[in-house]
Amino acid sequence: MTTTAAPLDVTALRADFPILSRTVRDGKRLVYLDSGATSQRPTQVLDAEKAFLQQHNAAVHRGAHQLAEEATDAYEGARQRIADFVGADFGELVFTKNATEGFNLVAYAMGNAATSGPEAARFVVGPGDEIVVTEMEHHANLVPWQQLASRTGATLKWFTLTQDGRLDLSDVDSVITPRTKVVAFTHQSNVTGVINPVDVLVAAAQRVGALTVLDACQSVPHRPVDFRRLGVDFAAFSGHKMLGPSGIGVLYGRRELLEALPPFITGGSMIELVKMEGSTFAPPPQRFEAGSPMTSQAVGLGAAVDYLSIVGMERVNAHEHALTVAALEGLSSVKGVRLLGPADAVDRGGAVPFEIEGVHPHDAGQVLDSLGIAVRVGHHCAWPLHRCLNAQSSVRASFYLYNTLDEVDALVDGVREAQKFFGVA
Amino acid sequence: MQLQQMYQEIILDHYKNPHGRGLRDPFDAESFQVNPTCGDEVTLRVHLVDDMVKDVSYAGQGCSISQASTSVLTDLVVGKPLGEAFKKLDAFVELMQGRGKVEPDEDILEDGIAFAGVAKYPARVKCALLGWMAFKDAVARSQGAA
Repeated sequence: MTTTAAPLDVTALRADFPILSRTVRDGKRLVYLDSGATSQRPTQVLDAEKAFLQQHNAAVHRGAHQLAEEATDAYEGARQRIADFVGADFGELVFTKNATEGFNLVAYAMGNAATSGPEAARFVVGPGDEIVVTEMEHHANLVPWQQLASRTGATLKWFTLTQDGRLDLSDVDSVITPRTKVVAFTHQSNVTGVINPVDVLVAAAQRVGALTVLDACQSVPHRPVDFRRLGVDFAAFSGHKMLGPSGIGVLYGRRELLEALPPFITGGSMIELVKMEGSTFAPPPQRFEAGSPMTSQAVGLGAAVDYLSIVGMERVNAHEHALTVAALEGLSSVKGVRLLGPADAVDRGGAVPFEIEGVHPHDAGQVLDSLGIAVRVGHHCAWPLHRCLNAQSSVRASFYLYNTLDEVDALVDGVREAQKFFGVA
Repeated sequence: MQLQQMYQEIILDHYKNPHGRGLRDPFDAESFQVNPTCGDEVTLRVHLVDDMVKDVSYAGQGCSISQASTSVLTDLVVGKPLGEAFKKLDAFVELMQGRGKVEPDEDILEDGIAFAGVAKYPARVKCALLGWMAFKDAVARSQGAA
């Protein structure tokens, strides 16, 4: 991606994130390199949540009083802005508890299709049908599909990885076949940052009439994403990874699909007509938002999208790319460090996983923590990916718009410190 | 420095030179335990003779804390009556779940007292208990099968 925009003024921008100026572990400056797990929130988001709660708080879509009206406007206004941000229409975005719920929503709704009306026939899966995933998936976009397969008798298939952690797409048509009903895959790996060729997978799925489900948790926060242009059928992402609150995720579904998809969670708010003998359901997105929805979280996510839009996603992406290049360079210069995933920053977002010979990731993370550096250790909810890369677990540094090159240097120094502490350097 | 508080020399010694490591025969029961957040795992066998812990053997992969604590476990329980071994297990679990506020008894826990600092890090308590939970489970299995 090329951009002519001026680079980010990170120093100015960091002032928006109060948490970044705190210290940890006896006065160490916080170096937060775990935004892939959760990002920090700027005051603009925190203020929006607070202002909503102090001025407009009420249950949405019920009640005729003024606060109910204002709360509903705030909630639906946020939906509109988030939809604009990802290239979707207002009615194509469903608020969920988190992205995990979004994937489950699609998987369970597909499971419900067999007992729903004829309009849901296209979602039915059963014995003889195939569900395709990849070995790169976060468990959130893997386990629900395993479960759907086991509930329906469908077969789960998957794309394997190349040695450097990219999808092995050497024989796409042997994996995605006329039996395939759904192809679920990640836009950007939460471990290696690898960006998958969505166009190739969407084209293969469309050739056989299969649905596509995109995990956009690691792409929407970090680069410009337009779901309509990508051509995917469904996509999910989470609020807390993109400067927004936790407790809110977003499911995107193409309008005609959401209109035909049966519900997952049922109850209040999602109905059209309820009688003792049975009920009919509201049109999307309400059909998929049963119960009292989260409100300040939606407003906060709307504010996060406003913040990111003002900064500019191209600039966010370019900044993270520079950090990733620096981290790859710095870490590969340390003897005994093994980088997982691609060695370069081509088609790759801001996540860098690695192992240190002779230092278990948990221990490395502990040393880094003692220096104030927050990283993720473990398998990062991507156990099969680690097996593919012959790693039991890893240390992952992940970047966001507020990180600096100094922090990358601190990471590299910290890794050397860990080697020294455990006597392997 | 806080780090040394957690990684006592005793822990690092056990990590670098683990005691009792390797899977051995004969054994009465085996337990496989995994820490789902990091993927650390241990397979541990117990061999009991007349309610005495005759042998504890183990294999697996994990961080320094989990490896060292399993090594200390073998020192503490092998050759002891089961009742005494479980007293040590209870004391170690209490220490680890004590958030750093439990004063360990060296007579009971010996090298195990070195883990007092680990108890201050909630994220690492599971690491320290991995092998011990495998021991508890393996004994239960051996008795269930008997």
